[in-house]
Amino acid sequence: MSKNLVELMADLREDEALDLIKSQIEDGTNPREILEDCKEAMQIIGDRFEAGEYFLPELMLSGEMINDVMEIIKPHLKDEEEDEKLGTIVLGTVKGDIHDIGKDIVAFMLDINGFEVYDIGVDVSVQEFIDKIEEVDPDIVALSGFLTTVFDKMKDTIDAIKSEGLREDVKIMIGGGPIDDQIREYTGADAFGDDAMEAVAIAKKWMGE
Amino acid sequence: MIIIGELINTSREGLESAVKGRDKEFIQNLAKKQEDAGADFIDVNCGTLIQEEPEALEWLVKTVQAVVEVPLCIDSPNPEALKRGLEAYEHEENAIINSITAESERYEQILPLLKEYDVSVVALAMDDNGMPKNADDRINVATNLVEDLIADGIAMEDIYVDPIIQPIGTDVKMGPEILNAIDTITNKYEEIHITCGLSNISHGLPKRQLLNQSFLVLAMSRGLDSAILDPLDEKIMSLAIAGDTLLGNDKYCGNYIRAAKSDKLTI
Repeated sequence: MSKNLVELMADLREDEALDLIKSQIEDGTNPREILEDCKEAMQIIGDRFEAGEYFLPELMLSGEMINDVMEIIKPHLKDEEEDEKLGTIVLGTVKGDIHDIGKDIVAFMLDINGFEVYDIGVDVSVQEFIDKIEEVDPDIVALSGFLTTVFDKMKDTIDAIKSEGLREDVKIMIGGGPIDDQIREYTGADAFGDDAMEAVAIAKKWMGE
Repeated sequence: MIIIGELINTSREGLESAVKGRDKEFIQNLAKKQEDAGADFIDVNCGTLIQEEPEALEWLVKTVQAVVEVPLCIDSPNPEALKRGLEAYEHEENAIINSITAESERYEQILPLLKEYDVSVVALAMDDNGMPKNADDRINVATNLVEDLIADGIAMEDIYVDPIIQPIGTDVKMGPEILNAIDTITNKYEEIHITCGLSNISHGLPKRQLLNQSFLVLAMSRGLDSAILDPLDEKIMSLAIAGDTLLGNDKYCGNYIRAAKSDKLTI
């Protein structure tokens, strides 16, 4: 039965998927199982996008679908005992860049993989990052950027984390379109990832999972 | 239409290794091809090289200007790299610097270069608040930026406003927002140029050329008179020529007829 939900979601048949989820919840299906299906569907969608079968607007549609799914499921998750979180992450797209699709998917994947994610949005200034880090004391900071002009802003942000004396307390990962190891070295980040699955793998490794 | 050929850019596949390896023949060949296809300027951009950018940009300017007769568009947000490029630039016709913005730090750093060297400049419609969100943002930021440039002694005809094209794949209303901005800015400043990184419009969508081609014509009808694009796309170059003729910018259709006779038009 649950394969069906994965297929519906992977094929972006949102209305049918939402109807199915509603009836599953009425039937008493554990919402965690539904989330597992969402995770699987998002991986299929990501693979199809990579393979050129899906295009950017379809990726956006999948993001919207996930939000709608979460809205249905969230109230039911609260009834359960909250799982121990793997770690806390502050995530945002750096100043001068407003790309949010990749960041949103990374946030979602980290979230359903058991991390406490503080997504502070796009075009985030150095100070906003510092303020949030001081407020929530995260294990990991994740900087996103898609434009080739944002490397310096990533470096500035990481330099500021250093000069505020917070660098030893956090691991830093970066990601986005043109990011590679050369950029990672330049910015002073600990790791970079090509996609949301890599972000999850890196974060899990850092938390000793 | 003033066509700025976009192909020499290290964010394109294979280009970074060519620039890093100082592959003169490869770069010169790519520059020549764009000139032959009708590019009015050849853009040079090596922004992905970060620390090595200034030196590489100087090399690109020298390498490209040695083989083409058209002027260059020197493309970097980094004032140090731009300065190295401008120092090496020898062409009689002025280069274009790509780009200045209304971000206070960047404006302060780039403006002296505009005064020191005889150049035109691409003025990106963004400021300290980041990227523009809609037509009004674009119009307001571009207006302030143009007014500042003029007050600082830059001639209006040396300014190429870039309203910043964002993909319709992430915002389906982006098309009309940009077209409205182009329209308003054109009407406000008669002598000004308007350019754009055209292919951004189709980012993430299939059969991108079709969207690029359609958008070029739509934007031209609202006042776009320059574009940063792939001049090896014969169809888009043909549309630029035909579009200019249809908009009344071609006396006795001379340009159009000449292009047709020399087999430069693709249907």
